[in-house]
Amino acid sequence: MRWRPGPIVCILGIAAVLPLIELFLPQPAHVSEAVRGVFLYAILALGLNVVTGYAGLLNLGIAAFMAIGAYAFAILTCEIYPFQIGFWPGLLLTLPVGALAGFLLGAPTLRLRGDYLAIVTLGFGEIVQDVLKNLDVVTKGTQGINPVPAPSLGGTMWTAEDEYKWYYLLLALLIVVILAIRNLERSRLGRAWFSIREDELASRSMGIRVERIKMLAFSAAAAIAAFAGGLSTSVLSSTGEPSNYDFQVSILALCIVIVGGIGSIVGVLVGALVMIGLNSIVLVKATAVLETMGIGGQSNVLLSPNNWKYLIFGLALVLAVRLKPHGLVPPRIERRAT
Amino acid sequence: MQDYEVFLQQLITGLSNGMIIALVALGYTMVYGIIELINFAHGDVFMLGAFLALTLLGALGMEAWPSHWQLAGVAIMLLASAGFCGCLNWSLDRVAYRPLRRASKLSLLVSAIGCSFICTNLGLFWGGMPMEVFAGGVAAAAPKDFPQLIPQFNILGESAIRIVPADVAVLVVTVPLMIALVYLVKRTRLGRAMRAVAQDATAAALMGIPVDRVIGITFFIGGALGGFASVVYALYNNTIGFQMGYRAGMDAFTAAVLGGIGSLPGAVLGGLTIGCVRAMSDQYVETRWTNTIVFGILILILIFRPSGLLGSTRREKV
Repeated sequence: MRWRPGPIVCILGIAAVLPLIELFLPQPAHVSEAVRGVFLYAILALGLNVVTGYAGLLNLGIAAFMAIGAYAFAILTCEIYPFQIGFWPGLLLTLPVGALAGFLLGAPTLRLRGDYLAIVTLGFGEIVQDVLKNLDVVTKGTQGINPVPAPSLGGTMWTAEDEYKWYYLLLALLIVVILAIRNLERSRLGRAWFSIREDELASRSMGIRVERIKMLAFSAAAAIAAFAGGLSTSVLSSTGEPSNYDFQVSILALCIVIVGGIGSIVGVLVGALVMIGLNSIVLVKATAVLETMGIGGQSNVLLSPNNWKYLIFGLALVLAVRLKPHGLVPPRIERRAT
Repeated sequence: MQDYEVFLQQLITGLSNGMIIALVALGYTMVYGIIELINFAHGDVFMLGAFLALTLLGALGMEAWPSHWQLAGVAIMLLASAGFCGCLNWSLDRVAYRPLRRASKLSLLVSAIGCSFICTNLGLFWGGMPMEVFAGGVAAAAPKDFPQLIPQFNILGESAIRIVPADVAVLVVTVPLMIALVYLVKRTRLGRAMRAVAQDATAAALMGIPVDRVIGITFFIGGALGGFASVVYALYNNTIGFQMGYRAGMDAFTAAVLGGIGSLPGAVLGGLTIGCVRAMSDQYVETRWTNTIVFGILILILIFRPSGLLGSTRREKV
């Protein structure tokens, strides 16, 4: 049998050659810079997909874990703190830090019913944001922590100008995350997740330890989100202010998962491309174009495409749930009709 | 001011705000009681109600009216916002929730979150309306001043503690509404139908109750209560903004859960508690920690007593 590349390989292959189109464009378009956001959100949404897509637990506070990762990374590596352990150890440590945060929130709350759990995660997201904002002794409040060190590997440094290096670094890390999640998905643990999503009671009677399995999903998602947070901090060389990790971010990640295809890796990649493409590429470019034409800005709220963001997120969720409940690219595993 | 006077003053503020929160919480608890949906968009419906009130106020030029006419103006705003919010909430149910009756609870919640975002965005657009009350439509996202229609004097005369007519107005609007609601749910045919649907929708349908219509009416009533609350809120706090729905919604939801979701007296008790907690935290902790405290309470209740203060194992729904 001939080997045929699956959809994930195709998408990643296209991503790998994408920066080359810049050679054929008349003026620099910074395509690779724009796509970075897609990669970061893809990692975040892949994390959310583990808990919401695989285990069926709605998490509305994924941005909080991203924030925890971002601040953990910044505190561990920034020169104004005593640790300064460097980029790679710092990035790797975001994983256990995120998992621990997930464990601490999940341990008392995971026995709650689905919608209550969703609200707890939402409240947790708000609390984390407030704490980061108010504990300005440690977190520098709304200034955010900066600068954080740039990554270096075998003597090469990533500086802010190296668009392509950053692009390929993020792509490589995205591939690592995808590989890890694919292995999880096909492991005993992954099957247990699908099983509790479909029927908790039946799984329990089959000997699956539901609490433990949920806990692992929750922690794994938190770890991946924290990893995405650490990574975004190093891309921006700053944590940014705490409100960069607000409810909107959690909902954007949720949109990616739901629009793309809940429980499907390809779906999440497609969803990230569609949603982030709309949010930070199409809207931003449209704003810029309108502004050069002299329309928009402060004069009329309707003419600034940025002001349509919430409407797009909202419509994406409502329409996706109503018309395409399994998303643009549904997972291949058979789902029970609900 | 003496220490106890500060405390009493905060208590008055807290109770007044608490009554408003309670009115919004009733909308959450009714909808949750009947279809077990956290109607995430409820807070944003409330926000749009306040925007409608401000628009009416500007369009009719109420600020220039003589003071006893302004009371009539307040009544107009109350009725208009209640009707508007009721219809809006009913339409959300019709368009975004009813088609999902048989889908999973989580899809329903996701749809509600989507509605919430759509309404938030409509509020942002509304804030950009070129009207004088909206500051000419520039800076659409900025909070809007809501004119002081209710006179500001201390009912207690020279006392250090202030009770202003707005405090009384809050009671005058909220208490009769709550009594009417309890009467409606306990004593009328419609209320009985609502309780029946809450208990078992299938059985209710078999008994000839038009389930979808009853649910729609529940949404309407919940929304209308939010509409009344939005006008009272705007008159009491004198500032509105397109993002206030999220905060108000979370406060009210916390109140509903605190009291025991599905329970009408619970929602009122929860609202009063949250109002007082907020006021005390503003005074004795720090304003910037108030939201953290409210969310902390929400999480702790959900963990340790998910059925709330007044909820029991066999709680009464709607």
